[in-house]
Amino acid sequence: MTIAEWLAAAKADAEKRGLPELIPMLDGLAQATERLRAADWNDNPDKDTPVDEDHQ
Amino acid sequence: MKTISELTARVAAGQITSEKLTEECLLKIGEYDEKLNAFITVTMDEALAQARAADKEIAAGRRIGPLHGIPISLKDLIDQKGVRTSAGSLVRKTHVATADAVVTRRLREAGAVFVGKTNLHEFAFGTTNEDSGFGPARNPHNLDRSPGGSSGGSAAAVASGMCLGTVGTDTGGSIRIPAACCGIVGLKPEWGHISASGVVPLSRQLDHVGPLAASVADAWLLYNAMQPPSDQIGDALEPAPLKGLRLGVLSGYFFDRLDADVERGVIEALGRLLQGGAVATEVTVPHANDMAAIYLHLVFGDAAEYHARTLATRPQDYTKPVRLRLEMARYVLAEDYIRALRGKALIAREIDRALDGVDALILPSLAIPAPPIGAVTMPVKGGPDQVRTLMLRCSQPFNLSGHPAISIPCGRTKDGLPIGLQLVGHKGRTPALVQAALAAEAAIAS
Repeated sequence: MTIAEWLAAAKADAEKRGLPELIPMLDGLAQATERLRAADWNDNPDKDTPVDEDHQ
Repeated sequence: MKTISELTARVAAGQITSEKLTEECLLKIGEYDEKLNAFITVTMDEALAQARAADKEIAAGRRIGPLHGIPISLKDLIDQKGVRTSAGSLVRKTHVATADAVVTRRLREAGAVFVGKTNLHEFAFGTTNEDSGFGPARNPHNLDRSPGGSSGGSAAAVASGMCLGTVGTDTGGSIRIPAACCGIVGLKPEWGHISASGVVPLSRQLDHVGPLAASVADAWLLYNAMQPPSDQIGDALEPAPLKGLRLGVLSGYFFDRLDADVERGVIEALGRLLQGGAVATEVTVPHANDMAAIYLHLVFGDAAEYHARTLATRPQDYTKPVRLRLEMARYVLAEDYIRALRGKALIAREIDRALDGVDALILPSLAIPAPPIGAVTMPVKGGPDQVRTLMLRCSQPFNLSGHPAISIPCGRTKDGLPIGLQLVGHKGRTPALVQAALAAEAAIAS
């Protein structure tokens, strides 16, 4: 699920549940999730599998 | 502030009784707590009964140790048999613990006297103690300011003399943040070493239980008594020699967004240590900028699971801000939680590497002084930022990594607010960290 898809679904759900105050807060969580997904330690199936340098 | 170390000697020598010490604390609670709101429950009768029993035992030559007869408090997240554990929430307003938490039992066995349960940010899910089902706690140095959180009531109680020590919890900084805000010492032990059994969880993989006290020596006495009995060692630790103490100064991220007075205070304190012969090297955590996102996804996922049932059945019993954040937490996807777990392991390795060749890491405990109650942003180098983000910035890395970390006071801002200096030690070597902190505390005070 892309972040955009997730955010749209989460906002719609918050609205449906009568929690409109959540909607601007979800933007903040989305930014943090973007950061997490962009991190360079994430798995990437079409690239090399990194060797963990702590393992012999 | 009076210290346990000084008063326990007087109790042992028969110069003062535990009953007298306890009465003094209870009087201060009566005098100050209406303004500070540091306590949710005061256990006056039980405390006086414990104190009188302690005096009998001590007079009969059966003094257990340095905490025997010493009045302390417990953050109201920690079970004490027969006493309500509210977690700072109306969700638990009638919940009475049926057994002591493990730390409570160990402190009871050490002879401590429990004066009450202290206020906290609801369910430990915040850094300011503003959002509590029992009203905000306030900072003894300035009543318009937060005492920090989530163990805000604990810190305010020690700083104002309403108890001589306390036990708090720390998931993202909740011992060290209030210690820094209130000008006292707060020790977050290595993860898993002090039992969290009988303590209401926020995020079990990030939760730590530890002491707040008026001095490093006092924090050690409390920590030592909370350890598994097989790990408990001699009561007094000698300070590490300052000459040759190797300090890793965490640069970049950890100094990028500081209040100007906090930065000045921390650099001056570091200067004192260097003048005393300590040696400093600059070290980094390469993925420091990812830590906040990692932390957020883990604490959200864990808190969402714990609160799922009561959010559904009694949402109205939460404070609105905490309820909204818990509701938001439920939207974290499993794949992002797993990403955050991998990030956590990476941060732990990077902090281990930063510690290679040094005795301790050194950095601010808190990027800002105690914020005004209700503040949403605070001014820092590079422009204003969210209070929550700034409060967690310097402390949450060591919840991710599990390394022991201690905050000690290092001066005041121009407005008289305390500043905290943080030392971080190697895993498995908390006594060495405390010895370094003893040396730093003495150098800063000199």
